[in-house]
Amino acid sequence: MPNLYLVIPEILLAVSASLLLGFGVSKTKNRAPIVRLIAIAVLVLYSVLSFLLGSQDGEAFKGALIIDGYARYVKFFIGMAAAAGLLLAGDYLEREKLDKYEFSVLTLYAVLGMSIMVSANNLLALYIGVEMQALALYVMAAFNRDSLRASEAGLKYFVLGALSSGLLLYGISLIYGFTGTLNFEAVATSIQSNGLSAGVVAGMVFLLCGLGFKISAAPFHMWTPDVYEGSPTPVTGFFAGAPKFAAIALIARLVMGPFGDITDQWQQVIIVLAVMSMFIGAIGALRQTNIKRLMAYSSIANMGYALVPLAAGTVSGLRGMLIFMTIYLITVIGVFACILQMRIRDGMVERISDLSGISKTNRGMAIAMTAFMLSLMGIPPLLGFFGKLFAFYPAVQSGLTWLVVLALIASVIGAFYYLRVIKTMWFDESEHEFINPVRALSWTSAISALLLIGFVMIPFVARTGQDWISIAATSLF
Amino acid sequence: MLYQAIVFLPLLGALIAGLGGRKIGEKPSMAITTGLLMVSAILSWVAFSKVALGGHTEEIELFRFMDVGGFKANWALKIDTLTAVMLVVVNTVSALVHLYSWGYMDEDPHKPRFFAYLSLFTFAMLMLVTANNFIQMFFGWEGVGLASYLLIGFWYKKPSANAAAIKAFVTNRVGDVGLALGVMTIFLVFGSVNFDTVFSAVHDNQDRILSFLGMEFNAIELIAFLLFVGAMGKSAQFILHVWLPDAMEGPTPVSALIHAATMVTAGVFLVCRAYPIYEAAPVTSGFITVLGAFTAFFAATVGLVQNDIKRVIAYSTCSQLGYMFFAAGIGAYNAAMFHLFTHAFFKALLFLGAGSVIHALHHEQDMRKMGGIWKVVPVTYIVMIIGTLAITGVGIPGTGNIGFAGFASKDLIIESAYDAAHGGSAAGAFAFWAGIVAALMTSFYSWRLIFMTFHGKHRGEKKVLDHAHESPLTMLIPLGVLAFGALFAGMFFYKKFAYGVNDFWGHALPMQHAQIAADNLYAAAGTTMSDEAAGHHSYPAWVLWAPFIVSALGFVIAWFTYMYKNGVEKRVNAEGGPLYNFLLNKWYIDELYDATIVRATRWLGDVFWKVGDIGIIDRFGPNGVAAAAMSIGKRLSKIQSGYLYHYAFIMLIGVAAIIALVMRTVGG
Repeated sequence: MPNLYLVIPEILLAVSASLLLGFGVSKTKNRAPIVRLIAIAVLVLYSVLSFLLGSQDGEAFKGALIIDGYARYVKFFIGMAAAAGLLLAGDYLEREKLDKYEFSVLTLYAVLGMSIMVSANNLLALYIGVEMQALALYVMAAFNRDSLRASEAGLKYFVLGALSSGLLLYGISLIYGFTGTLNFEAVATSIQSNGLSAGVVAGMVFLLCGLGFKISAAPFHMWTPDVYEGSPTPVTGFFAGAPKFAAIALIARLVMGPFGDITDQWQQVIIVLAVMSMFIGAIGALRQTNIKRLMAYSSIANMGYALVPLAAGTVSGLRGMLIFMTIYLITVIGVFACILQMRIRDGMVERISDLSGISKTNRGMAIAMTAFMLSLMGIPPLLGFFGKLFAFYPAVQSGLTWLVVLALIASVIGAFYYLRVIKTMWFDESEHEFINPVRALSWTSAISALLLIGFVMIPFVARTGQDWISIAATSLF
Repeated sequence: MLYQAIVFLPLLGALIAGLGGRKIGEKPSMAITTGLLMVSAILSWVAFSKVALGGHTEEIELFRFMDVGGFKANWALKIDTLTAVMLVVVNTVSALVHLYSWGYMDEDPHKPRFFAYLSLFTFAMLMLVTANNFIQMFFGWEGVGLASYLLIGFWYKKPSANAAAIKAFVTNRVGDVGLALGVMTIFLVFGSVNFDTVFSAVHDNQDRILSFLGMEFNAIELIAFLLFVGAMGKSAQFILHVWLPDAMEGPTPVSALIHAATMVTAGVFLVCRAYPIYEAAPVTSGFITVLGAFTAFFAATVGLVQNDIKRVIAYSTCSQLGYMFFAAGIGAYNAAMFHLFTHAFFKALLFLGAGSVIHALHHEQDMRKMGGIWKVVPVTYIVMIIGTLAITGVGIPGTGNIGFAGFASKDLIIESAYDAAHGGSAAGAFAFWAGIVAALMTSFYSWRLIFMTFHGKHRGEKKVLDHAHESPLTMLIPLGVLAFGALFAGMFFYKKFAYGVNDFWGHALPMQHAQIAADNLYAAAGTTMSDEAAGHHSYPAWVLWAPFIVSALGFVIAWFTYMYKNGVEKRVNAEGGPLYNFLLNKWYIDELYDATIVRATRWLGDVFWKVGDIGIIDRFGPNGVAAAAMSIGKRLSKIQSGYLYHYAFIMLIGVAAIIALVMRTVGG
């Protein structure tokens, strides 16, 4: 079994998740904190392993999974984002009396699912991966089962997720029916030799729509605001980051791999999803008063931006998407680290107006949050600007200037609500003071904010990081 | 290092007092700025003797300013006699004004700021006069404009001061646009902005034609005219003169430094500096002559009836600037510079003297409420008399230089104008007669000022007179120094400025014209300067005597009007006729501008603002889009109903729509 070596990271996740499941059961002691710490360690180890081990590419399980530079890069950030998510969750879960060890285990399973998604080289592996992470996320969404809203969120997510799985499966079966194979390369060869067939195109559309649900691309975004609002905040933060990256990575692999020869068709789907997401994300957020709902729309819009370079269908487009998503991931972690700090004596608050005047009471957090908002807007010294630059430039190169113009218009609209958050923090009268956050939160938000300051990161982005991303992007071609 | 020190010491002072004034306190910042300027002024005289008397011209490149393509401009110090004269004028007056301000601004709480502005102004002015290219000169030009704005509005709590500051700034802007266009045209025509390069190329470009908007212009004439528009703004020539009287809202030392001695003469300096261009532009030079002469006449008429002591002097400044310009216009650049030089002394003296009176009378500026104070402020009275004798040009006619400062320079100008007229120049003839008439009026209003202020009975409140006192020594010393200048500057420097004796001007100014004037004068005096000049005609005696006679006449009229049988009381209480009101209201120029330019601009602004900006751009631009986005957002949140089946429905509709879209291209 020489190629099991390639999937050591996944094996690590599966084994440790199962072991922790058993270890956590204890009548006398609350083992949740220790399980969480182990899980964080496992996730970091997973990230490092998947990044280091795979210096050699290959396929495992008879071609069901593929390990390449692309998968490695995405896995590294997924693992890190999940670890950060767990780190942030600790304090919240303890205070809300939700600190059950299953949370950490579910996170591990979700990451395992994502890992399989990212490495999928076969339609069934794709489905297994998607379902595995989705099932874990459904449970996490409803983790606060005593809360009506959380249960409702979980249920909504589950039902609509089931619908999307239906679309996914229908697409898979169509493709299998028309090409006679599940393997990505074989599908590509089949399309190459048999030419365009309506069945394959329909299957492709269903597949992309099913995955579009996972990245909450409009018009499959409807669950997002409700689930983001209803779920426990750390779960929302987790949702906004890692699963999105995994799903969009999978979409990229699909359109570059098996459907690489029907660019004209999938490009239309991607463009439709991108345009609708950008505008619905930007405009829908305008009237939101809840910061979590706001971030839901923000993530919808950002997924739209991430799809723009993908629509270009070029190596540089793929690079742009990876850069954009990486920066987005860092930002989102920071933002949720800040949102988790919005705690007054009576508990968590989530309204935007609760941020009023925190520049006077919690200056550090206000500065960090301002940096995140400015980065999301794409204001130059911050990395968000470079994210958008690298994302939109390939689209221009490929002649999709009009799409970029639309993206910029959406960005301008979006700037309004980001600015409103800044204005609330700096210019409005303070209502109440947040209690001092635990160190994990303030440090995470501070580190994310520092990472976003362009000139700290530019050497990284310019050299090493660019190399990694280039290797990752070219491995799909 | 001499020249660098002269130029940069004031800047150093300005920076220290301006940025650190609060830290180091009032007295130290005043002492530092004043001290540095004193040093700078002394060094200027050293430089003057070296350059103007010793003939050592120099050009020092400090560092590169701009270097874009063919466009090169350096920071440089061009030191020739013209610059040296300006250095002396600027730094001497500035140093004296700094000192004077110790006393005058004694009660002001913002002294460091005031001194910083003064020093900053001085630095900008020095940049202007030491420039070796048009860009650096433009920098200085704008710098003095800024400093002037800041100083006019120094008492920023006074609305009238703010209005005056803005008026000065805006009016100067009109002129500066002309100057900027002129500099651009120079670059267009000559491909360089360096003085030497440009001036040496003037001859080759004499017939160059520029077409603009379908009209054709002679390039040199156009450049000359545009530069002169800048000079008109800065030097308050007719049409653009309106800001100068209002600028008297600033503190009096500022009026003396900026609005009498230095900044307002920048236009004259510009014309003299660029004389090769004006030599080659006869039409524009004629225009300058006529406009300068008219300004001399116009401002003098307005000065006749003003009641504010500072405004009288302001109009007098305006009028004297007119003299300088028509001198430059007829080509007597040296006469213009000479008058600039002497004028700086006696006009600064008059202003500071007036300031001393104002200081004594607790900021009373209305001459109708003064009178009879000569015993209270005897020193001020004496120096004011000296200043008045200087400005009215008292001296012994025919000798050329035996007389007060104004005598030597003003008569030189009038004689030059006579020469031009004699040479067949109609503009010159106009200038000559305008100059004579203006001299009459100058004498009248200057003596009127003396009589109304110092003589007769006191017409203000008695309390004010009782508290009146002679100014402190810090104010009297500058007055003394300036009085010395007003007495002797003409006599000392007459031959040098007028005939360029000992190659005084070097290559800074042309001397052909001066040569003729000198010969004429010597011929008139019955001697000859040289044997070759013997063939020239001489000035008729009446030309030499005319200025003196009208000056005396002005004194007599003023005496009879204001001194004879309590004249002032009668005049103050008398109703003025239509002509009086016409003059009192400054020919209604301000009203005319208000009715035409100001209203029209405001109307246009209103149109652009209310119709263009609010009605069209905002309505369909930002506001419209924002409203649209908001209403769509509202609808979106309605769709976001929370019902599962709505969500599922939208998802399925989405899939169906996308399938339909993509299938369209497949055609299956």
